[in-house]
Amino acid sequence: MAVDRSDIAKLAVLARIAISDDAADEVANRISTVLALVDQLQAVNTDGVLPMAHPLDAVQRLRADVVTEPNQRELFQSIAPAVQDGLYLVPQVIE
Amino acid sequence: MHQLTIAELVKGLRNKDFSSVEVTQHYLDRIARLDKVYNSYITTTPALALAQASAADKRLAAGNTPALCGVPIAHKDIFCTMGVRTSCASKMLDNFIAPYNATIVENYLDSGVVMLGKTNMDEFAMGSSNETSYYGPVKNPWATDCVPGGSSGGSAAAVAAHLAPAATASDTGGSIRQPAAHCGLTGIKPTYGRVSRWGMIAFASSLDQAGILSRTAEDAAILLNDMASYDTKDSTSVERDVPNYTATLNDSLKGLRIGVPKEYFGEGLNPETAAHVEAAIKVYESLGATIHSISLPHTNLSVPAYYVIAPAECSANLSRLDGVRYGHRCENPKDLNDLYMRSRSEGFGDEVKRRILVGAYALSAGYYDAYYSKAQKVRRLIKQDFVDAFQSVDVILGPTSPSPAFQFGSKSKDPVAMYLEDIYTIATNLAGLPGLSIPCGFVENKPVGLQLIGNFFAEAQLLNAAHQFQQATNFHQQTAPGIE
Amino acid sequence: MQWETVIGLEVHVQLATKTKIFSGASTAFGAEPNTQACAVDLALPGTLPVANEQAFRYATMFGLAVNAEIGKRSVFERKNYFYPDLPKGYQTTQLAEPIVGPGFVDLELGEGRTKRVRIHHAHLEEDAGKSLHEDFAGMSGIDLNRAGTPLIEVVTEPDMRSAEEAVAFAKKLHSIVTSLEICDGEMSQGSMRFDVNISVRPKGQEKLGTRTETKNLNSFKFMEEAIALEVERQIDVLEDGGKIKQETRLYNGDTKKARSMRSKEDSNDYRYFPCPDLLPVIIDDEYIESVRKQMPELPEAKRARFVEQYGLSDYDAGQITMDKFAAAYFEAATKISGEAKLTANWIMADLGAYLNRTEQRIDQSPVTPELLSGLVVRIKDGTLSSKIAKQVFEAITNGEGDADTIIETKGLKQVSDTGALEKIIDDILAANTAQVEGYRAAAEDKRAKMLGFFVGQAMKASKGQANPQALNELLVKKLNG
Repeated sequence: MAVDRSDIAKLAVLARIAISDDAADEVANRISTVLALVDQLQAVNTDGVLPMAHPLDAVQRLRADVVTEPNQRELFQSIAPAVQDGLYLVPQVIE
Repeated sequence: MHQLTIAELVKGLRNKDFSSVEVTQHYLDRIARLDKVYNSYITTTPALALAQASAADKRLAAGNTPALCGVPIAHKDIFCTMGVRTSCASKMLDNFIAPYNATIVENYLDSGVVMLGKTNMDEFAMGSSNETSYYGPVKNPWATDCVPGGSSGGSAAAVAAHLAPAATASDTGGSIRQPAAHCGLTGIKPTYGRVSRWGMIAFASSLDQAGILSRTAEDAAILLNDMASYDTKDSTSVERDVPNYTATLNDSLKGLRIGVPKEYFGEGLNPETAAHVEAAIKVYESLGATIHSISLPHTNLSVPAYYVIAPAECSANLSRLDGVRYGHRCENPKDLNDLYMRSRSEGFGDEVKRRILVGAYALSAGYYDAYYSKAQKVRRLIKQDFVDAFQSVDVILGPTSPSPAFQFGSKSKDPVAMYLEDIYTIATNLAGLPGLSIPCGFVENKPVGLQLIGNFFAEAQLLNAAHQFQQATNFHQQTAPGIE
Repeated sequence: MQWETVIGLEVHVQLATKTKIFSGASTAFGAEPNTQACAVDLALPGTLPVANEQAFRYATMFGLAVNAEIGKRSVFERKNYFYPDLPKGYQTTQLAEPIVGPGFVDLELGEGRTKRVRIHHAHLEEDAGKSLHEDFAGMSGIDLNRAGTPLIEVVTEPDMRSAEEAVAFAKKLHSIVTSLEICDGEMSQGSMRFDVNISVRPKGQEKLGTRTETKNLNSFKFMEEAIALEVERQIDVLEDGGKIKQETRLYNGDTKKARSMRSKEDSNDYRYFPCPDLLPVIIDDEYIESVRKQMPELPEAKRARFVEQYGLSDYDAGQITMDKFAAAYFEAATKISGEAKLTANWIMADLGAYLNRTEQRIDQSPVTPELLSGLVVRIKDGTLSSKIAKQVFEAITNGEGDADTIIETKGLKQVSDTGALEKIIDDILAANTAQVEGYRAAAEDKRAKMLGFFVGQAMKASKGQANPQALNELLVKKLNG
């Protein structure tokens, strides 16, 4: 399956990655090359095969409901780009 | 001093032949003097290293210390190290000072291991040549016009250039084994779940596994003893005792059943590489192993399946890098969307962006079944190939990489050519199996890697097989030309 | 045209666990911003989730309470979208394999009407943080304390046909989760939030109309108002020949207005896929049975017990057990007074009205079960008439002490003493000789009515403290004299 500029534009919005107009064709070409490789999968008969999400057939371990995490706001916010009054700042969120 | 293996350093520190501060200072001096050529480190931490070394010396003086106490190593810059920049070789995390330690970093701190610094890599571990790093490419000590392999290229180059006695690394599709092959090192990727992923910045969560790059299999065994652990902070960590990997290194290989998959010797394999692997098979026969021809029929599908699954997982894993809580944030965002778009576009390199877009595509409405779900089914078929094969053999043997290290730029224009670099290593990640690469010869003075794949949790057996090979050969003792 | 309203609900119920669903950070409400957001909640690179057992226990309890099948294998998926209150850029939730499968809830709507609402499923997921918009000069402030709080999202079938039914369902759900003690039920703190899917169709038509979703309603009142408003809007649009646009709407409870938030066209492609950091959660019959044994009594069982044990009417028992705090209050007060029926009446009437008026919760009522039972005992032993009892109750609410203290200090004791009553009666009969004559001359069947006059006078003279029964008896005796 090949992708074109308009597909790239849609994916760019979903992934929040800006692709400039100049680069769109090249990105589309490169991704199409990858998709051509990946399309080999279509020829395989996978009837009756269950999808495998994890390499080991393990099950989730459940944690006891006990508070283990202390307040580390100062440490965590020392690496934040913009904070005020303990809050992370972003351009206005409009709902 | 930099000629010494980890095993020799352990012995020397214990015998007080030298102190940890002396060894550490020696390596720090070498890095400062020589790494300009290789660019194997992103960050060095001399003050911290010397403080750790001095503390280790005190522990050593008091006696009864863990084996690795006082031994300096380097960490791949994918592992979070508290108070130290952890960049994942991305502009996105260039300013990220990790506020916590990865479990493996913590494990080594407990043992008194000294950290020399953080090694270069492909950005977010996405690459097979170390050409995608924000901090520039790493040069292969064996041939500085060639890549060291990737994504753990910095760790491999640092060990090969004797700028660290060993280094941690991570392997999602071959990122430990392929650089080990290209740099003449021993590299082990343990079974998925054997080593904690807590604090290892995720590329593809169901494939990522931490491991080791070292000069010898014995060193890898010593280091894996402390790296492996069951970790309640990682849901995919396996609750299973860690064996003493050094205890079985000297076991005889008599009767070991080695499977050689015919699919690993097909088109695309450099004939000289093939010849060295064939020669290695003869070595194993001479050590008492039996050789069996096997088939892993879905091998050719591992690269396509991987390039759906890994990008899909990475597309979600990298969404947290949004310029809000840490990491790169664009200047003066005009609105929320602008903040996201520009921070991410400025912060990520091209290959990372491409993989995120491919992943978003594979998961998007209308394509999920054809791509993601299909790849997950093929993944099961690939795993089943191995499960079937291990019914009749103990270890699977083949080349690590189709050909020796290639020149810079020769594959970076064609993503698919680059992806095929990992054709022999990717299937083990999809299946979750342990794999290891050891040097088995040279082509045009560049090292060739021999890959051994083990059954689930058979790391001890792999290390035993590798160590016995290294007792019978001296490829692993060769040093790259020009290394002082 | 006659229109029929069709309503389905999605309810977010915050689970009352001590810690987040995937981290060991506290979920306590009201902490300073971001002091309960740990490395996992902040989605620092390299951090990993581990699922909280208590969240599964609570979700299982809920499933059992709504007669649902429990998902013995449940799988977390990633729902991908960007939002500043969503640190990972995806929400970890369940989609194809949820913890709670199809179930149902039966509602009573008054006048003997009942309604069954089917539950499509309920899944576990993590809550998002909060965006604050004030005081940041064109910026928003993000508080991630709430991020990662466990939720169950309960999704119903579109079975409800009116705001009344939807609200009745919401209240029933509230009663179930608070009785199970899996949610604190604090709607004003967002512990339960309702998304209402509304459509209308011509009566008799089978095909569903286009629906809209009104999001994030956090009170029963707002829910009722929002439904009424949206139903009216949709009917207006359709009757004007327009079409309903599939969209998400927001209702503002202060302005009583709603507006469109986003249309279907801008809706995200969420790219769900199984979360590779979490493994399938497997629970077995043994686990389910152990949870069942631990479950607190559900409202319906409690109701039956109250009828059986306390002799309450089914209706009264239903009212009292609707709120687990009211039920607990009832049991505590009855234990002291031994008077179930009277206690129930006071809880439903005077106490209920007082708490409503003063916006207080029954479990925090200043009129404690001890205080109410003290009052009830004095009604029962004849010390207080029901009229005086209301005065005493009011005095209790004013903090004037317990019933006995108030009776004492205000001299409100009911007069049952024959001597005192006789004195009052004699005075009244003497002052109203004409009425006494009239009474004595009247036929038997007219006398009962005429008695009221003398009772009234006597009560007045006793300042309401005369024991009505004793007074009646004495009066009849003297009049018939």
